[in-house]
Amino acid sequence: MSTERHEIKMFTPMTLGLLILIIAGAVSVYKRMTLGLGATTNLQDDFPWGFWIGFDVLGGVAMAAGGFVIASAVYLFNMKKYKPIARPAILTAFLGYLLAASGIFLDIGQPFRIWHPMVMWQVHSIMFIVAIHVVIYTTVLAMESSPMFFERIGLKGVQRFVEKIMMPIALFGTLLSTLHQSSLGAVYLIVPDKLHPLWYSSLLPFSFLVSAIMMGLSMVSFESILSSKFFKHQANVGILSGLARGSMVAIGFYFVLKIFVLLKGPGIGAAFAGTMEARLYLLEMAVGVIVPLILLLIPAMRNSTGSIFLVNCLVIVGVVINRMNVAIFGLLRHAHERGASYFPTTNEFMVTLFLVALGIFLFKFACKYFNVLSYEEVKQ
Amino acid sequence: MGTNAIMENTTAGQGVKKMEASFLIDATKCIGCRGCQISCKSWNQNGTDRTTAGPTFTNPPKLNSKTYTNIAFFESEQNGAVSWNFARNGCFHCKKPACASVCPVEALVKTPEGPVIYRAERCIGCRYCMLACPFNVPKYEWEKLSPKIQKCTFCYDRLLAGMIPACAKTCPTGTIHFSDSIEKNLAEAKKRISENPGKYHNHIYGEKEAGGTSVLLLSALPLDQIGHAKVGDQVLPDLTWKYISGIPAIIGVVLAAGIGSWVITRRMKNMDKEDE
Repeated sequence: MSTERHEIKMFTPMTLGLLILIIAGAVSVYKRMTLGLGATTNLQDDFPWGFWIGFDVLGGVAMAAGGFVIASAVYLFNMKKYKPIARPAILTAFLGYLLAASGIFLDIGQPFRIWHPMVMWQVHSIMFIVAIHVVIYTTVLAMESSPMFFERIGLKGVQRFVEKIMMPIALFGTLLSTLHQSSLGAVYLIVPDKLHPLWYSSLLPFSFLVSAIMMGLSMVSFESILSSKFFKHQANVGILSGLARGSMVAIGFYFVLKIFVLLKGPGIGAAFAGTMEARLYLLEMAVGVIVPLILLLIPAMRNSTGSIFLVNCLVIVGVVINRMNVAIFGLLRHAHERGASYFPTTNEFMVTLFLVALGIFLFKFACKYFNVLSYEEVKQ
Repeated sequence: MGTNAIMENTTAGQGVKKMEASFLIDATKCIGCRGCQISCKSWNQNGTDRTTAGPTFTNPPKLNSKTYTNIAFFESEQNGAVSWNFARNGCFHCKKPACASVCPVEALVKTPEGPVIYRAERCIGCRYCMLACPFNVPKYEWEKLSPKIQKCTFCYDRLLAGMIPACAKTCPTGTIHFSDSIEKNLAEAKKRISENPGKYHNHIYGEKEAGGTSVLLLSALPLDQIGHAKVGDQVLPDLTWKYISGIPAIIGVVLAAGIGSWVITRRMKNMDKEDE
């Protein structure tokens, strides 16, 4: 049993900050539930989906992609080297999905009917496909995270049993993730006349999947570095540079894909047209794709924790910008044509901050009470 | 669905066609009386909004959860004189509606008689229909705690009772022409264009838009000049169905690749161990 986790202090300035955000955000959640969407958000008839869909759902689910990427590396590709980060990666994904589901709960107009799609199947709807994946995959992530829970409560037999059947669970999880990540892109296939051509493409599902893999790898690496800092243990450079190599391949592939989509669609000129959309497109490509790719192509950069951390930050921010571009900025032009505009209310921001702070707090809590971080080191 | 079954039963073997509700809306006939707006509100018992004077006579300025149809006023100068053009906004009742295809709970459905109707008790409020509709028709009760989507029902209840929709019934100039056949209205629209050279902008809005709609529009001006969205001819649900119908293939590929790599990498690891 690890003794390391007991050294994690719960009463720190960071925890206090998180608790303040959680309490302040809870007030905003309460307002949304008691006053309704109209009073607490800037959502409107000409802009029905906003910040919660863009950040909490699209961004959050992409951030959770690390779970399936690492689970498939460890359990399907037998890359045992990554086993030490499997638990934090899968736990992050589990929390990420719980929070995305909470975001959806707050976003839909009838939260207490959130279960309807489960019994009213409509297989022509991407939203149905997305809903069913959220539910099943969150369950799978709970199963993938369960060994540390059984370990904690002393049910060693159950723990060993779940670990034994991890391969089929991980396979199922990978399948669900592949479909869920790409389905979130497919949500926007139905709006060819509304979404700006810089983002609209029949390859949206595929580019969402590839960028989610980039994001997932970066998130896992980002977290490993941060937790080694906060919880004061040595980051495993071998693992980090392995993840960086994986990112390099994924980003390289994504770069080619994005250029292909641009050439096939509106053409290179559209990216340099000087419009708001063109600037945001260039920003997304520079921050999330081009700069990280250049950095990763330099071998020395791939082996230094500092530059890996920088790349991670760039990719995370870049992919979030991409999701915001698809969900918000790419649709604004259409809203403007109809005399409408959209910018989130403070309340919308506060609800999102609440979810993010709660996620970080729960992660820390789990690290304190379960063997999340030091799993493999202890065994050896 | 009920009436369709009845119609089929009573007309079995007689070759009588089923109802396919359709409007032909000829903007050149419109005088801007807004009788359709009023009768729509009164039949559907929709309340009113407090509005303020705006730059145009259009009132309410946009469709909303209490306004299924409105007349938009367009004032322009032609040959030194004031020229009025009117556009009637409302649901187009697409042949292949995007709203119904994206709805995860079948709250929105295309009825066999043509109207696209909403079943509030199923709706979860995801508002994907609002995003997906190329004509921006579904509206939301943002101010309510238990909000519903609201949109024109083509007066489905009246149709089932053998009456024509309230707006068409009220229209004093025949601008809103109801027919039980889209084909008949399409033929009528083509006839009007060919018999009145120069009177119409040569385009029947709704013939091809979004793969074809039950509501057809004729106007003197290009339709985007009187506030109608520029919509492609693509059948929108086909775009997502192409992806969804590929899912079984994706499942096969992922499972095969996953199991394959598990078997191969395990063997490689075992061989490494034997070497040691």
